[in-house]
Parts: sequence; structure tokens; C-alpha cells
Amino acid sequence: MALTRRHFLKTMGVATGVGLAGDHLFSPAFADGKGPDQAAMTIPTYCEICFWKCGAMARVVDGHVVKLEGNPLHPNSRGKLCARGNAGMGLLYDPDRLKSPMISTGARGEGKFKKASWDEAFNYTAEKMLKIKKTYGPEAMALFAHGCAGSICQHMISAYGSPNIVMPSFAQCRGPRDVGYEVTFGMGPSSPERVDLVNSKVVVLFGSHLGENMHNSQVQDFAESVARGAKYIVVDPRFSIAAGKAEHWLPVRPGSDTALILAWINLIIQNGWHDKAYLDRYATGLPELTASVKQYTPEWAEKETDIPAATIVETARLMGLYKPAVCIHPGRHASWYGNDVQRARAMAILTAVLGSWGREGGLFLPTKASLPKIEGKPYPAMRDSVSQMSKYPFAGAEGLTNEVRQATITGKPYPIKGWIVTGTNLMKTLPNQKETLEAIKKLDLLVAVDVMPFDTVMLADVILPECSYLERFDDLAVGRGRSLGVSIRKAAVKPLYDTKDGYSIASGLAQRLGVGEYFPVPTLEEKIQQTCKHWNLSYDELSTKGFIGIPNTASPYITPENQPHFETPSGKIELVSSELKRKGFDPVPRYAPQPQPPAGMFRLLYGRSPVHTFSRTTNNPWLYELHKENEVWLNAKKAKEMNVKHGQYVVLVNQDGAKSNRVKAKVTNRIREDAVYIVHGFGTTSKELHKAYLKGADDQGLITQYAIDPICGSTGMRTNFVKIEKEA
Amino acid sequence: MPKYAMVIDQRRCVACMACVVACKRENDVPQEFFRTRVVETVEGSFPKLRMELRSELCNHCDNPPCVYNCPTGASHKRKDGTVQVNRTKCVGCKACVAACPYDARYMHPDKGYADKCTFCAHRLLEGKEPACVATCIGKSRIFGDLDDPASDVSRLLRVQDASVLLVEAGTHPRVYYIKKLSKAE
Repeated sequence: MALTRRHFLKTMGVATGVGLAGDHLFSPAFADGKGPDQAAMTIPTYCEICFWKCGAMARVVDGHVVKLEGNPLHPNSRGKLCARGNAGMGLLYDPDRLKSPMISTGARGEGKFKKASWDEAFNYTAEKMLKIKKTYGPEAMALFAHGCAGSICQHMISAYGSPNIVMPSFAQCRGPRDVGYEVTFGMGPSSPERVDLVNSKVVVLFGSHLGENMHNSQVQDFAESVARGAKYIVVDPRFSIAAGKAEHWLPVRPGSDTALILAWINLIIQNGWHDKAYLDRYATGLPELTASVKQYTPEWAEKETDIPAATIVETARLMGLYKPAVCIHPGRHASWYGNDVQRARAMAILTAVLGSWGREGGLFLPTKASLPKIEGKPYPAMRDSVSQMSKYPFAGAEGLTNEVRQATITGKPYPIKGWIVTGTNLMKTLPNQKETLEAIKKLDLLVAVDVMPFDTVMLADVILPECSYLERFDDLAVGRGRSLGVSIRKAAVKPLYDTKDGYSIASGLAQRLGVGEYFPVPTLEEKIQQTCKHWNLSYDELSTKGFIGIPNTASPYITPENQPHFETPSGKIELVSSELKRKGFDPVPRYAPQPQPPAGMFRLLYGRSPVHTFSRTTNNPWLYELHKENEVWLNAKKAKEMNVKHGQYVVLVNQDGAKSNRVKAKVTNRIREDAVYIVHGFGTTSKELHKAYLKGADDQGLITQYAIDPICGSTGMRTNFVKIEKEA
Repeated sequence: MPKYAMVIDQRRCVACMACVVACKRENDVPQEFFRTRVVETVEGSFPKLRMELRSELCNHCDNPPCVYNCPTGASHKRKDGTVQVNRTKCVGCKACVAACPYDARYMHPDKGYADKCTFCAHRLLEGKEPACVATCIGKSRIFGDLDDPASDVSRLLRVQDASVLLVEAGTHPRVYYIKKLSKAE
């Protein structure tokens, strides 16, 4: 077991004298002289290196995790893990991890901490939370949540009496997409998205860089569909990996996607390429839609998008030819320009006119099955949340992070005095870091619950370190995709440090906040056993297999017996949205052009690397090795004009004078002349992340301008322009 | 005796690097060294571009220059067709590293022997596929026995046009590449 074991021993401060007897011919991976399987155990978990929750099996030898492999039974991994999932031990054994509770001893953000016991840290936090409750009311505490600890802390903060739970997964990510589909179909496209790629004849991607965004099962389906000959139409200013597989790469002018979609809808209807019978049966508003999109001709769209009119016609014809087996991928990160609900609406309408919602090769229908609800003690009565009181009528249940930040700065509609931040690195997540810092300055309490000392964690007054996912149980994960299934995460090894699982953290705080009765079960394992009983599942079976699929719970396609249900006001697919109309928004999307970069500047685009999950993995030794710092993609012709060489370090400076760290230029033909691209999440300012510290450029540091979507309050972040300066 | 080979269906590769990390964790490959990699090349000019994604690893050649150039017999060809390194016999002379036209070998920084892909021989003994194959997200890496006509590798090589890297080197690799579809699956 060579490196892992040695590394572990070193971490534990034990003198090493591990002899390697691995010199025989086929030395097994972790030969330590005992043979590969002696005392080996296989513990089921689901991965937490990203949010896809892939079922995995941890191979444990002598109390060390030596290998992670996909759980073949699990629908999100199907026996395979991505680079990050394979590198899960890199988080467990990262020497830079948070190892004990910490309380700040200096000014906020100064990075001075003292080690504390859990009692001290809990008492410190609870005392301040009770003071805030007494002075301002419980709603003055807000929770920023992501990940498993986020879920259980939601329970704690609700018991405490605050409605202010917000998740960047809405306003900085999927929010506008979900709202656009909800007002059209009465339902969002889910996560994992219900895309039936393996059966698609044509797939359309708008900026979705499948393969670079490593969503395991979906990328498996992507590769499978490519091999089966699906024709990909990839709309992206950048020649992505997916564009490299495409029949048609449409290098669209950034911000003009809606023009292309509306022209497609117009062409499809005008030429009779739509699914008339489907629309007659399931949709309302076709005549009004037809009239509204008539103005959007391919010739007009060519001027807006830079895509030749003939290509627009050809691709529309392709969709019409293969409908309904056409998958208009709904995308995921959708907060781009501040008019994003309407772009998602246009995509949803395109899906509808092709008749592909609920059809093979389009978007399949979710399972109708569910597991019995578990009733707990009702939460106390609460004030309306900041998100509910905002001027954005379609702010979803995940809330608006940016509105809570704003309320913290202004004290309106009421004061926000404390933040608990779990599993999300707000400095890298929210646009305009100055506002985030300004809000943080105004707080009476900032609590961080996390595994690693990320930028935001280092700003906290108190750090409550969570165990890594390989050291803890978490609540059962219920998957409601094609069919219903339940996954378990068991602790593969005991905690290496003085850290706790999310449940113990939330429960420990709840006891001290006087709401301990909301956590009646002492440990998470016992709670899971009770849940299994309630759901009539065998805990032992789940503990062995890691995943139990509930049989006969899939009904993916529309059939005479399986009719779709649309939870819209009309009960139909709303091509013209009555809800948007009622609330004063365009009932059919209209196109409005985006400002273009001034001469000498480029639009800043950002995206993902297959080996990183935002900023969360940049310090993982096994992933750091593959992608240490990001590069700025720069069009080769532009680079020549500016005399920038491939591999040369440059600095990005945005329209407001915000400067990036130095970043290497990737001079390439793979991007338009008017945009540059960097992978999100780099350039950490936390000195405690010894590998990742100041490596690469932080896109969020350059996103000082953002455009709020008037419908759902999400923050469009592709609204910044940068110039390229040579390193001084 | 099986005759092991790998087929790499390049259409299915998405350059996600799962193979690279799985290989490194399975085989405890030291930091900054690799037994396999994914090479990305793009040809053409904007907007007419063509991309190739190519996984590379030891080709387990039937005519292996590393074996011929090894002075001690450490590098050897086995009956199952794989090329292996006997670490106790390796004296670290680097002749094999220089002889390999595929840049598939490295010298272990701490232990001094030459190291490379073994096709996960220890996993084969347990009846498992190599780690890179098992985790390959796109099912781009396919492994099996050429002597078994029903194996996936035999079937693919019968149906699809496959090529090898540096055919002119005369090494007769056991790693085959399918670049594009010649017949629908």
C-alpha cells in the first residue's frame, strides 16, 4: 500500500518503517507483504467530491481507504467513477484539512485562530446565535447551504426559527433554468437532468460542455449516444470536447443564444416540422407563439448570432426530421446574462414543439413513486424569508443568496446578523466579492462548516470541521430519476481528526439552542436504521449493496396508459405562459441583444474542468497533479495581434479595474475572437491550502458586474469584459 | 493461454482523465509520473476544427524494443502477450525508456526501477479488468482476449477499422485504436 499507507503514517506522526515486499512480478496495487485482500473490507458510500452522488465502494485495508470504485448497482455511477471520484482519498488524506474546531482570535479575515474543543466551539456559536435571536429575531440568522451538512443544518436552523435558507445552486446556477421549465411544463428538468441521450437521434447543447462537466452517468450516456451515431448540434463560443464530437458546431456570439432558439422555433413551425398532434393534445398557445416568433427569421438571427442562416435552417430541419427523438439539453449552470429564465423558456418551448418532453430520445418523465414521508415535530412559526420578500416573484425554494447578502448590507427588509456557511465557498460562488466582504464585515457571527480551509472558511469567527465523506455516515440519498432508489453512505474509516459528521454538528448546536428535541435520535446510524424500517428496506441489505432500487417505479415515456401531468395553471404545456403574463413578464420570450465588449476587450466566459469541482478540489493532491492552475483561452489570431505567446503568463483586468492573478495563455483556435475562457474555481487566497494557494486566476474576482434576472432573482455572471495585460 | 489486447474507441473518449487517476491509485504511481495519459490534438482553423482524443499507454508490443534492449532480462514478454518488468532484475539503466518509441515508461523516482503499464496484471489474476478500463466513463477502453472470438476486443477488431500507433516502428502493438465509425454498432 506504499504511498497511501506511508502518507497516512506520516500524517499521524508515526515513524515509518514499512518494508515493501512488492518486488515479485505482479505486485498488487497496495502490496504491503500481506497480500491484497487480507483484512480488506468493502464499504459502500456515495461520493461527495461533487453533487452527482455516485454510488461507490471504498476498499479499506487496515483502517485505510486504499481504493474507490463505482458501485455497479448504482444508477449514477454504474460501476465507474470519474477522475475526482477516483481521487476521493486525496480529500481524506489531504494534510491541509481542518483538523479541529477553531475560534478566531484576530479581526475577521485576519486568519488568526485558536484550537478549540467541540464544547467551546458549540457554546461560542450557540451563545452568539441566542443573542442574535433575542436582539433581532431568529430570522436574523441565515444559512448558506450546499452538500450533506447543508441539508441537516437546514433542519437545525428551521427549528431555531429562521426561514432564511439559501443555496447558490439556485441563484448562481440552475435557478433560471428550473423556473423556465416549471412555468412551461409545471416541472423542472431535475438533477440529474432527465435527458434520454442514449436514445436520441439529435442532441442540442447550449454551452453544456458534457465531458468537461463530469456528471458521471450523463457523460456515460453522452459517449454512448455519440457511439450510436446521434447527431450533436453544439452551440458554444468555444470548441468544447462536446463540440469536437458534433455534427454541427455553432460558435455563437456570446449572449445571443435566444435569437438562435427563437429562429429555430419559427422555422420549425413555419415549415410544419413541429409535432402537431402532440401540441394539439398537450399544449396551449400555439397561435400566439407562432405570431410572436414570426419576426425571428434565419437571416435576422445570422446577424445576431454570427451563425449562417443556411446552417440555422439546416439544423432546424435536422431537428424536425428526427423529432421527437431530439434532446434539447436543458443545461445546468444557467445564470449567464440576467435574462436567463426567458432563454430557458425558449429552450423549453423548442422541446415542446418537437414533442420531445416525455418521449424516447427527448426528456423522459420522472418516476411517479415516492417513499413515505417521515413526520417530525413541526417547526415554529416564522416570518417571511428575505427571498420571499424580494421583488423577484419566481425566487424558488432554494432562496436567493444575493438577496440575503444585500439584506445583510442594508438591514432591509430586516437585519441579517449571522451566517452559517456549509459546504459552499461563497467567495468563489457569489459575484462581486466586494459585496460579499462588505456583508461579512457587518455580521455579528460567521460560522463555517466545511472539510477544508477554503477562502470563506478562513473568514469565519468559528470553524466547525466536518469529517470527510469517507469518515462519516450521512442521511440516505433518495434518487428520483427514471426510477426510485435509495443509497447509503457508511463511514469507511474512523475520523482521522477531531471532526464530526454534519448530523452531530447540527444536533450539537440544536441542544445548546434549546431545540434539541428536533434531534431525538442520538446518532445518524440509528436514524438511518429507523428510516429503513419506516420505508420497509433492509438496513443490512443496504449496508452490503450500498444501493437499493425500488422495482417497477419507472414510467419514462408517454403511452396511452402513462399520460403526462402538467402542473401549470392550464394543466397543459404553456407555450404562452399565463403565470409570467399574470406577473407582468413577457409570456413568450422576446429577444434583447446583450452589450458587446468594447475594442481591445473580451467577454469573460468560464466553465468546468473534468478533474475539478469548482474550488473544492483544487488542493486535492491527486487532482492538483493533473490540473494545477487554469489557463486563459485566447483566440490564436487575437494572440498574434497582441503578441501573446502560448504558455506565457498574462494578467486579466476587467472593466472596473479588477485584476487577476497571473494566468497562462492558452493560444488556440478553439474560441471566438470576442471572448476568453477560464476554468472556474482557481486562484484561492487561503494560505492554508498549500498546494492551490494563488494558483491560477479566479474568475469570480473578475465578475464584479452581474445582471439580476427580473423573474427569479438569479445573478447573470457572463456580463464582464476583460483586457489582457502582459505580466509586469 | 490468453492473448491480451486493448482496443481504444476514440469516438467514445471524452478526455475526462478518470483512467489516469484510477491507474495511479490502483498502481500507486508516484506524483508527477504516469503510466497512461490522454493526448488532445486539434487541427484546422476557426471555425473548421477537428479534435482527436487519444489515450496512450504501454502497447505491450509483440516485437518489443524495450525487451530487446534490456541487458538483464528484467523487461520480458510473457506468454499472455503482456510486456512486464521484473523489478528485482532491473538495474535502472534506462535502456528500455530510451528504446520505447511510445514514451510509455518512466524511472521510479524513489525505487530506481523502470515502471510502466502492466495491463493491471494483478487484477487480471483476480478476474478483473484493468483499472482504467473498469472506470472508463465512455467505455472507450475495451480489454480482452484475442484468442477468444467472442471477446469484445475480437468482435470490435473484426468489425471496425483499427490502427496502431507508429506502425512504421514495426513494434506490432497490442493496443489498437478505432478512430471513426466504419460500421454502425
